[in-house]
Amino acid sequence: METMRDRFISTTHALLDREPRLALVLADISAATFKEAKRRHPDRVINVGIREQLMVGVAAGLALTGLRPIVHSYAPFLVERPYEQVKLDFAHQDVGAVLVSIGASYDWAAGGRTHQAPGDVALLDALPDWTVHVPGHPDEVEPLLREAVSGDGRVYVRLSLQANKAPRPVLPGRFDVVRRGARGTVVAVGPMLDRVLEATAGLDLTVLYAATVRPFDTGTLLATLGRPDVILVEPYLEGTSAHVVSSALAHLPHRLLSLGVPRKELRRYGTPEEHDAAHGLDAPGLRERMRAFLL
Amino acid sequence: MNTGMPTPTPLPLGELPRLLSLMTGAEKHAPSATSTLDVIWVLYDRVLRVSPATREDPERDRFLLSKGHGPMAYYAVLAAKGFLPVDTLRSFGAYDSPLGHHPDRVLVPGVEVGSGSLGHGLPLAVGVALGLRAQRRSRPRVVVLLGDAEMDEGSNHEALALAGRQGLDSLTAVIIDNRSATHGWPGGLAARFASEGWHAESVNGRDHAALERAFSHPRDGRPRAVVAVVEPKE
Repeated sequence: METMRDRFISTTHALLDREPRLALVLADISAATFKEAKRRHPDRVINVGIREQLMVGVAAGLALTGLRPIVHSYAPFLVERPYEQVKLDFAHQDVGAVLVSIGASYDWAAGGRTHQAPGDVALLDALPDWTVHVPGHPDEVEPLLREAVSGDGRVYVRLSLQANKAPRPVLPGRFDVVRRGARGTVVAVGPMLDRVLEATAGLDLTVLYAATVRPFDTGTLLATLGRPDVILVEPYLEGTSAHVVSSALAHLPHRLLSLGVPRKELRRYGTPEEHDAAHGLDAPGLRERMRAFLL
Repeated sequence: MNTGMPTPTPLPLGELPRLLSLMTGAEKHAPSATSTLDVIWVLYDRVLRVSPATREDPERDRFLLSKGHGPMAYYAVLAAKGFLPVDTLRSFGAYDSPLGHHPDRVLVPGVEVGSGSLGHGLPLAVGVALGLRAQRRSRPRVVVLLGDAEMDEGSNHEALALAGRQGLDSLTAVIIDNRSATHGWPGGLAARFASEGWHAESVNGRDHAALERAFSHPRDGRPRAVVAVVEPKE
């Protein structure tokens, strides 16, 4: 089955052929899969070796000359290891880039903590003006990536091996209203949608689907809001978007339940599904916590 | 940013002490406050093809001050060359001044990168050189200024390795060596660059003719490192 990463690679190949301004900067991760692109565009496909600070600095330098860089690696090595470069070499220099990560929170659960990055979105949220896409299906990757590449801003695209069975329509900057209910609202981010739909079966809830979380579509949240009980289901650090919801609902009494990956290191290997279950992020775990909140 | 103001007549070297005094309030300046002054002057006066009129021209030479600490010499030279009004120097460090204790490219005309945190300039310069190469702009040079203590930052070693392997001969790194690196560089800094395939040499960082010669060496397929040796930091 085609993964989000596969779609990222094929889309980027096509875009490199068509967009003379586009460049790709790698630090060995995925370099073998871009061999053909490197052959065709030797000056715009740059593999710096296992040097993540340099990967980000080089991308920003390319942007300073007017190119549009895509920077790609495993999430911890793209966002966390070179975090000061991400902070200073892009926003502070007033240039943009498209950061595309793989690995998500624990796609490679057996790889352990070193290859897990549940805090990536929260870290970027501490910086100004990052657009953050969290696609839930490989088909959503292509339109989000094409849109990101066509602009000049700072965009993070968080790819995962976990995905929903079917894609949702990509509405740039907007949440998709999956269903309407009166007892509260669930915001399901990216790959969390299928399990949220399973967990909320039979419950009278509005379900919003978010493939883009920054900016956070508070307009649709408010426009569809029934009873002001909101449940956030995010595939990364729990509470990452809680402050946005709290600000949007500051004018009315409301309740908020934030579900996501806890801070505490699990120290278990196994599969992503086992980690979901451990964190209460599988359908039964979500349903149990949602029902307790809504009672 | 185009202020619409006419570019003032460039000021000579002898005016730099007065320009520095506008920022420091002092009549005389210790060597440590001016360790970069001669290098930056020689670059803007004799080497770099960039002026206030061409500071946004894609074909301009780029100067990146990586060692953003103590930017007074840089601001003084930019003012002397007409990139910013001399009067602005008086506002150094003030709330609404464009001139901070570390430079910000968004606020100062002619400043190519904001710096202050060490170890960002050389990786950025490598990216700029690669970006120019990808766009077939072979004329512009990219000159980045670092300090010998700044070379402690590992990010620089990531960058100097790649620049050497890529044969980025549009790139020049000038390292102001005032022996301030805590653990030193046994064998000298030039040797570190040379072992990564750079053309590297050490020169007297106060000798304008020697600096100009070092900066004017024809391109030979290798990036250039110029270690500009000045008085040891007190």
